[in-house]
Amino acid sequence: MSKLAIRGVTRVFPGVRGRAPVKALEPIDLDVADNDFICILGPSGCGKSTLLRIVAGLAEPSAGEVRLDGRAISGPGPDRGMVFQSYTLFPWLTVRGNICFGLNEKGLSKAEQRARADEFIGRVGLTGFEDHFPRQLSGGMQQRTALARALATDPELLLLDEPFGALDNQTRALMQELLLGIWEAHRKTVLFVTHDIDEAIFLATRVVVMSARPGRIKCDIPIALDHPRRYTVKTTPEFAAYKARLTDEIRDEAIRAIALEA
Amino acid sequence: MKRSPFTPLRPLSPGVRVALGIAFFVAFVALWAQATYGGWVRPLFLASPGSAVVAGVTLFTEYGFAFDIAVTIWRVVGGFIVAAVIAVPLGIAMGAFKPVEAFFEPFISFARYLPASAFIPLLILWAGIGETQKLAVIFIGSFFQLVLMVAVIVGATRIDLVEAAYTLGARPSGIVRRVMLPNAAPQIAETLRLVLGWAWTYVIVAELIGAQTGIGHMIMDSQRLLDTGQMIFGIVTIGVIGLVTDLLFKEANRRLFPWFQAS
Ligand SMILES: Nc1ncnc2c1ncn2[C@@H]1O[C@H](COP(=O)(O)OP(=O)(O)OP(=O)(O)O)[C@@H](O)[C@H]1O
Ligand SMILES: [Mg+2]
Repeated sequence: MSKLAIRGVTRVFPGVRGRAPVKALEPIDLDVADNDFICILGPSGCGKSTLLRIVAGLAEPSAGEVRLDGRAISGPGPDRGMVFQSYTLFPWLTVRGNICFGLNEKGLSKAEQRARADEFIGRVGLTGFEDHFPRQLSGGMQQRTALARALATDPELLLLDEPFGALDNQTRALMQELLLGIWEAHRKTVLFVTHDIDEAIFLATRVVVMSARPGRIKCDIPIALDHPRRYTVKTTPEFAAYKARLTDEIRDEAIRAIALEA
Repeated sequence: MKRSPFTPLRPLSPGVRVALGIAFFVAFVALWAQATYGGWVRPLFLASPGSAVVAGVTLFTEYGFAFDIAVTIWRVVGGFIVAAVIAVPLGIAMGAFKPVEAFFEPFISFARYLPASAFIPLLILWAGIGETQKLAVIFIGSFFQLVLMVAVIVGATRIDLVEAAYTLGARPSGIVRRVMLPNAAPQIAETLRLVLGWAWTYVIVAELIGAQTGIGHMIMDSQRLLDTGQMIFGIVTIGVIGLVTDLLFKEANRRLFPWFQAS
């Protein structure tokens, strides 16, 4: 049985001011195995965030259902950690305070919370910044804290919605290596949304390409690059082959997406 | 590039800031002195700075003005605390829970436009001219404003922070307690500071009518004696107390909420 099963999930947004309703997702079927690292690749506006929010339980599907370990999802919960597209650290809490938030909800003692928070602060390379407030951090540091916050509660499933989308290329590349390193060491089931082809190939065990709106799954490509992967893999011929293929797939969709917006 | 100090939003060094602030006070007093000592205005209408100070000393030494100040402060603070203790929790509940908001909001929006000073004759009828009536004026003046402002602040909590908290396992009570409250706290404190300032205007109005003590009553008495020195000293006293509480409030907020970047 798969870890996560998405069955016939659709989403229609009601029309704004008399306009026709917006169909964001066509029926989506997706099975995710334990320890899979799935990258969902698609053009802007194709419904990637919508799909992830449905899995997180933050939005309801118009039809269909999502099951995690066989149980239907009916709302948000700590078994699905999420890192958002926007910066969502609690501004009144320090780095450590932010990471302790979910641990506190779990009922850990203060000492346990602190020990675990510091462990994850080390894992994302923020030792020395425990007592900084979010506004004292760069964007990359904020997203690393958000990642540590989502990982600390030990979720079954990690949902990442373009977490590095707002970062510059160099920082983004380092963050990818950091995330991949954590995944290789601790094996989580991950659903990672992106519109960056290189990012998807580098991170994923499977890349799922979505079509332009209404989003549906266009193709599903396993990435057979060896682990542990180093950044040098990006210059190998195998990587280039995946890239050529995915670029083709996504290009048509991007063109359609732009035509939709016009 | 050398930029002019009038570049929009360009910050100022603290020293220059304080100096400029003091400079206006100096200019103001200088103008006042010129107007009175220079004979532009007759002493009957406007006392000079010197005679205002002399009148102030007499007030303290012979008329027990310190007691009036204490009474006025107690009225403001008392009425304001009663208002805040009820208004802040109610505002939080309204901001967080839409049914509570739908129930209270229309009436409170209406009540907020009822001028507190217009209630004074009615309140005297109901509660006499004692302390209850004074506190009630402050209460009416600040309560409705506070509730609405707190409700708006709490209701404006960023939805993505709420969602992040849900994915970290928070339950609805935790959302209110651990997200909405800390998020709104600095702005609620700012609102309290603002409304406390308004409460000062209500207390003086309340003391002008039917009072035996307080700064407002002293000003009213001085009018009968045509003592503009005392009147001005009374008004300035209110200003000074207001300024000091404001500074204390600001400093407390700065220390309590180091994460909050006031705009
Ligand atoms: N609350 C909403 N009400 C109405 N329409 C919405 C709403 N949220 C999303 N949509 C529409 O649904 C579609 C998919 O949105 P979604 O945010 O899932 O896209 P996305 O793939 O995450 O895009 P991006 O890569 O730009 O983040 C968009 O066309 C958007 O206009
Ligand atoms: Mg999105």
